Amino acid sequence: MDLLTDRQGSVARAGDGRAIVAGRRSVAGSVSQRACTFCGSRVVLYPIADALHLVHGPVGCAGYTWDIRGALSSGPQLHRLSFSTDMREQEVIRGGEKSLAHALRVLIGRHRPACAFVYATCIVGVIGDDVGAVCRTIEAETGIPVIPVASEGFKGTKKDGYAAACGALLDLMGRPGAGGPTIPKSVNIVGDFNVAGESWLIRSYLERMGIEVVACLTGDGRVDDIQRAPRAALNLVQCAGSMTRLAKAMRDRWNIPFEQVSFIGLEDTAAALYKAAELVGDADTLARTRELVRSEMAAVKPELARLRTDLEGRRAALYVGGAFKAFSLVRALRQLGMRTVMAGTQTGGGDDYEHLKSLVDPDTIIADDTNPLELAAFLQSERVDLFIGGVKERPIAYKLGIGFCDHNHERKIGLAGFAGMVSFAREVHATVTSPVWSLMPRQRVAP
Amino acid sequence: MTMRDPTTNPCRLCAPLGASLVFRGISGGMPLLHGGQGCATYIRRYLISHFREPMDVASSSFGEQAAVFGGEPNLHAGLDNLIRQYQPALVGVATTCLAETIGEDVPAMLRRWRMQHPDGPELVPVSTPSYQGSHVQGFHAAVAALVAHFAEPMALERTVALFPGMISPADLRHLREIAAGCGIEPILVPDYADTLDGPTLSEWTPLPTGGTTIADLRRLGGCRAGIQLGRCADPDPAAVLTAHAGTPASTLGLPLGVRSTDAFIQALTGILGTVPAPWLAAERGRLLDAYVDGHKYAAGARVAVVADEDLAAALAGWLTEIGCRVVLVGSGGRSGRLLSAVAAAGGPGDAAVADQDHAALADLIAAAQPDLLIGPSKCAPAARALDLPLVRCGFPIHDRLGAQRLLTVGYRGTLRLFDEVVNTLLARKQAGSEVGHAYL
Repeated sequence: MDLLTDRQGSVARAGDGRAIVAGRRSVAGSVSQRACTFCGSRVVLYPIADALHLVHGPVGCAGYTWDIRGALSSGPQLHRLSFSTDMREQEVIRGGEKSLAHALRVLIGRHRPACAFVYATCIVGVIGDDVGAVCRTIEAETGIPVIPVASEGFKGTKKDGYAAACGALLDLMGRPGAGGPTIPKSVNIVGDFNVAGESWLIRSYLERMGIEVVACLTGDGRVDDIQRAPRAALNLVQCAGSMTRLAKAMRDRWNIPFEQVSFIGLEDTAAALYKAAELVGDADTLARTRELVRSEMAAVKPELARLRTDLEGRRAALYVGGAFKAFSLVRALRQLGMRTVMAGTQTGGGDDYEHLKSLVDPDTIIADDTNPLELAAFLQSERVDLFIGGVKERPIAYKLGIGFCDHNHERKIGLAGFAGMVSFAREVHATVTSPVWSLMPRQRVAP
Repeated sequence: MTMRDPTTNPCRLCAPLGASLVFRGISGGMPLLHGGQGCATYIRRYLISHFREPMDVASSSFGEQAAVFGGEPNLHAGLDNLIRQYQPALVGVATTCLAETIGEDVPAMLRRWRMQHPDGPELVPVSTPSYQGSHVQGFHAAVAALVAHFAEPMALERTVALFPGMISPADLRHLREIAAGCGIEPILVPDYADTLDGPTLSEWTPLPTGGTTIADLRRLGGCRAGIQLGRCADPDPAAVLTAHAGTPASTLGLPLGVRSTDAFIQALTGILGTVPAPWLAAERGRLLDAYVDGHKYAAGARVAVVADEDLAAALAGWLTEIGCRVVLVGSGGRSGRLLSAVAAAGGPGDAAVADQDHAALADLIAAAQPDLLIGPSKCAPAARALDLPLVRCGFPIHDRLGAQRLLTVGYRGTLRLFDEVVNTLLARKQAGSEVGHAYL
């Protein structure tokens, strides 16, 4: 593959000794699969279901992010509505503070949210709006937290948007009345977004072990729960790329230790639960954990073994948002007998890629912030049978007659935990073994 | 001045989306958005979910430095990288709200790039700030920019410029067939019939096959006439063609329904004095036969329509033609022409409401008490809440397969839609029946 000069440091093969250049702004003209700072903030805070999420700017940013995450709520559905100040030319000329204040008054009066987040889009700072000042005014008027999220799209990468979202969450946790004494045998689930109900499943495991879940950040999130989060005894950080910053800040401020875990795949799920039991539980917790892992594993293994017989030796490529999901997927695919031949992420860091290389087989392609042409080249040269990614990656696989599994946040199928592993295996099986591939013009050569 | 209320669940996307779609409809064309990276990515995701096809859109990927000191280095680097990867024949450069707000002079930047790269691809700038208009206006602005870039007075040929508006690939393909049936090989701008509804590949190609060729764009000035389909186009590319090459312009509604398809065919055949092919009359006959078979089921059915303005107007006119009662014609569009376009299509202008969001539309739909809703996927929550059948039509269709294949224009497209609308009404009746007969 003839890489752009500026992209040559961002693609390597495991074992070739080259470090990956990561964490940079996307190369102009490269057609990155990444979105922007706003996107990073929006996806992290989105699942908070009793908050008002107001996008301050022209209408597009709100339109593109209306109800696009399969993040479920057990109660209010306010997060699934998309609010915008719908800035027009007059506001661009005269400033948008008045219309922002008006929008907040109208929407808070109409929906009675527990708090409001105001996302700044690209032009807000450029036209000189003081979003923080408007938020303070409205907070004083309405009595609910009104929190500015500095998510101007151009200000950095998606990762900077995660940071802005973590700042907003910390702001909520630091309010008067938040926090309190530590709850024994308790955790926060940090960085699960309850896509297709996954947070509920993880919570049910922990509860069966006798561990209380104080808050899930932010899946099925509620403002009250988030404000109670400083009382947890441990933070279990799943989406490490977006939430480690928050966990570190909570450690520094409230002395809450954190552990990076994953609930994708059997091994990682079991390891996460044992870790939680070990760190906040007692002998009884550990016994219950053993029993839970044993019974859950026993329930899913026969089906996984059956599916594995058709998948053994197949070749997979994956391109996902964060590095920790990539780690888990490499292991989960191995459990199905499949080999990862290409792995990339939008937001991984240099250390993450070194770890990823250590997990995969030698020669596996590793890529940071890749693009459609690179992906298409990798899928072809590595003779891939399965591609795992999101909506923007799907047509690349399908055009080439390659199976695809959506592991992004728009999916409707829960893929976490023990039960999720079976759903994942079934989806992979359904796509990889479909008879339609035998009709396609491009026939893969057996490796 | 009363303050405009905030928008809840937008019924508009931003202008660069429409422009990106247009440049995908040019052979060898590639869109580049001048601004932050996210705009391109969000637009790609939105269009991919609708067309289920690759949709590459480049970005000049602004950082803070570009936002403060200007994005010319980013734009130039973006062009260089884009050209190296894709070897495009044309790059359409659309602005984002950020670039417009900081006052970027994109045409001047492109001229400076051109001086260094005299042999590079055609570069077509278009101004598409998202705080103006909508995705549909961005679409028309990009078509108008192409016309302004290429059209110049020249000797006349036996051809016609056809500006179809934002319709499906299947519709574009059928418009070409209808024109061929009228003895005309039109220059269709844009033409994403093949680029956004292509076959599976044996080998990846950076740019899809198909689209309006640059050779054809250069022939625009030689057209006998320019026809704009849709009366809400603002800017109107046919008028831009008149201004640049003196080409006579006509504006028609989308050819949906018997009368409007008749008018379209009449306009086409009138230009060169050609005679329509017999298959057109045969299709028209079958459509009329279907109208007769189904007229009683459609009679008086209360239908609410939500769509971009030109499709909304065409649907309202057609539903009136078959005897339905159009109780709402809603749109997020802001051209200011919806009411007159609905009336011109033969629909009830007083049922038209423009510049709406989906939250307001949901309330209007509920109040209108329809039997049936025709609209995009974004109407699905309202349809579900009201237990209304939704016939999916227009843009976007994110919750069903086949948006790129939905045929809605011509006698053939009308027939497909007629069957679907009548059958949906019948299904509702059947579902509510205690007896549940297996015959009509």
